[in-house]
Amino acid sequence: MDSASTIPDVIEGESFASAEKTLARVPLVLNKRNFSWITERIAGVIEASAPRWWWVAFAITSMVAMFGLFCLGYQISTGVGTWGLNHPVGWAWDITNFVFWIGIGHAGTLISAILFLLRQKWRTSINRAAEAMTLFAVICAAIFPGVHVGRVWMAWYLAPLPNNYGIWPNFRSPLLWDVFAVSTYFSVSVLFWYTGLVPDLATLRDRATTKIKKFLYGIFALGWRGSNRNWRHYEMAYLLLAGLSTPLVLSVHSVVSFDFATSIIPTWHTTIFPPYFVAGAIFGGFAMVLTLLIPARAIYKLQDIITPQHIDKMAKIILLTGSIVGYAYTMEFFVAWYSGNQYEKFAFYNRIFGPYWWYWWVGMLFCNTLSPQLFWFKRFRQNIYVVYFVCMCVNAGMWFERFIIIVGGLHRDFLPSSWGMFYPTWVDIWTFIGTFGIFTSLFLLFIRYLPMIAMSEVKIVLPEANPHHASPGGHHPVAAGGRERP
Amino acid sequence: MRTPSGNKVYGMGAEYPSAAALYEAAKRVRDAGFKRWDVHSPFPIHGMDEAMGLGKSWLSAFVLGGGITGLLTATILEFGPSWFIYPLVVHGKPFNWATVPAFFPIMFELTVLFAAFSAFFAMLLMNGLPRWYHPIFNWQRFSRATNDGFFLVIEARDPRFTELETRELLEQSGGRHVTIIHED
Repeated sequence: MDSASTIPDVIEGESFASAEKTLARVPLVLNKRNFSWITERIAGVIEASAPRWWWVAFAITSMVAMFGLFCLGYQISTGVGTWGLNHPVGWAWDITNFVFWIGIGHAGTLISAILFLLRQKWRTSINRAAEAMTLFAVICAAIFPGVHVGRVWMAWYLAPLPNNYGIWPNFRSPLLWDVFAVSTYFSVSVLFWYTGLVPDLATLRDRATTKIKKFLYGIFALGWRGSNRNWRHYEMAYLLLAGLSTPLVLSVHSVVSFDFATSIIPTWHTTIFPPYFVAGAIFGGFAMVLTLLIPARAIYKLQDIITPQHIDKMAKIILLTGSIVGYAYTMEFFVAWYSGNQYEKFAFYNRIFGPYWWYWWVGMLFCNTLSPQLFWFKRFRQNIYVVYFVCMCVNAGMWFERFIIIVGGLHRDFLPSSWGMFYPTWVDIWTFIGTFGIFTSLFLLFIRYLPMIAMSEVKIVLPEANPHHASPGGHHPVAAGGRERP
Repeated sequence: MRTPSGNKVYGMGAEYPSAAALYEAAKRVRDAGFKRWDVHSPFPIHGMDEAMGLGKSWLSAFVLGGGITGLLTATILEFGPSWFIYPLVVHGKPFNWATVPAFFPIMFELTVLFAAFSAFFAMLLMNGLPRWYHPIFNWQRFSRATNDGFFLVIEARDPRFTELETRELLEQSGGRHVTIIHED
């Protein structure tokens, strides 16, 4: 018990405190909230009885989800002909919706993995909800490629299983890469999300008032005790999962873009697709994160945790990725002209002036390229209504973008005699709306039963979490001698 | 060790007012030579591993092993059918060594998949989780460990554990509510 060993740390603590002052930043949690306030506020959302709006919203979204499932059942039992797919447009809303949903998921993984590796502490306020959004978006995405094959009961052919026909999948096909990429992405996202949840589930277990809650949260908390010997391995696991998810998230949308890029359809057959798709995915995903979190923070009074600073930073990411996307759009036109390829040139002329012209003018030009440019100005980044408007534009614009890429490339290809248009049927439309019902229902269930903000992670960004933090009186709570100061 | 009432003793715990106080106390307990002890906090405290005298977590070794297993699995999975069992010619495209890069995406995905599962299950294995019962839950105050409490617990199994000296150490390092925790 040599107290001398603690003395240098006290000095270090003081110099740390003065450094803290000179490098003062806007705190990540406002109004000097303490640990227990964070627990109360976030766990309180789950422990209070469900507000009326929640039941109303859940009733509506689950009905929409049910109708979407009915449409899927109708499509499966009747055939793919219930969708508007026909020659020459063999991929339309189904694959558009797939790319749209899977793209949305990317923001969650970017926040939870890439921003973690870059030590962006502000991610802690938003990562849990964003990761949940990722999982739900991937579930919605997985429906479409699963169902569009027509005979869903044959979907197991996608897996490399030995069978008595001796048939194996083609491992050189981007469509099979997609199967592996999306299923890996979903599995790893679930693991990452659940690993992050364990300490928070333990918090809910310790606060549970009824036996059934204590039992259920207790089962999933795995007996977590917040022990530092556990935190040591936990943090290493979390770091490695972040490190693994980082290349994974970049690979998933790259592989999705290979589905198009390895074909020979004009506007699909291009080498810039992987970075262009990844940037677009993060762009659309952040818009969806803000779409969900701006109302959630207002309804549950979480403004001290999800602060204007967080919205400002997400708006900047939308600006960055939106500009990358805008650049990619421009570069596609340049390459079409520079290539001298008549089919490529025509396809891009057709994109602006063809029958789907307004998809480009409204979706790609206005929603995706121009509207995020408002975020160059701080005034707009800090105005919640402007941010929400831009996010809505981006949500819609990214769907239009995928539609133009997919259908725009197919509907007028090499042979003018086979040109045609795509007309969605009610099943197309309602299956898509139904996935919104599934997505929002799952998200509503999530905010009802699980902590939508990572409590244990937000606590780390408070100044008191630092072991060298000086107590408010300017002294260490424990003096070098070991006695508590009065 | 048993209490006068006959309960088996798991250890002795103390609560600390802040992360900083717990950090200082951990260094004192480490320097006093205890081996079977632990600190509990609602979040990981930066630098606590050094304060407790713990080294790097070798969970990374499991993850490396998992990643290599995934890579090998993908290699066998792809080369087996596509090379030996069922060579597939699509569109008359070549299927010789020059096409091997087409196998890389799945190799990458399975490497990540297996490594991620290893990270998760190695974390459970190395932490001895799931473990739904633990004597420490017998301590009433301990439920704050997942909220805003900072605890240090020294196990009775530790060879240096004696009731009086351990209590003195915990109190001197700023611990409050020093309590004997029952095993059952």
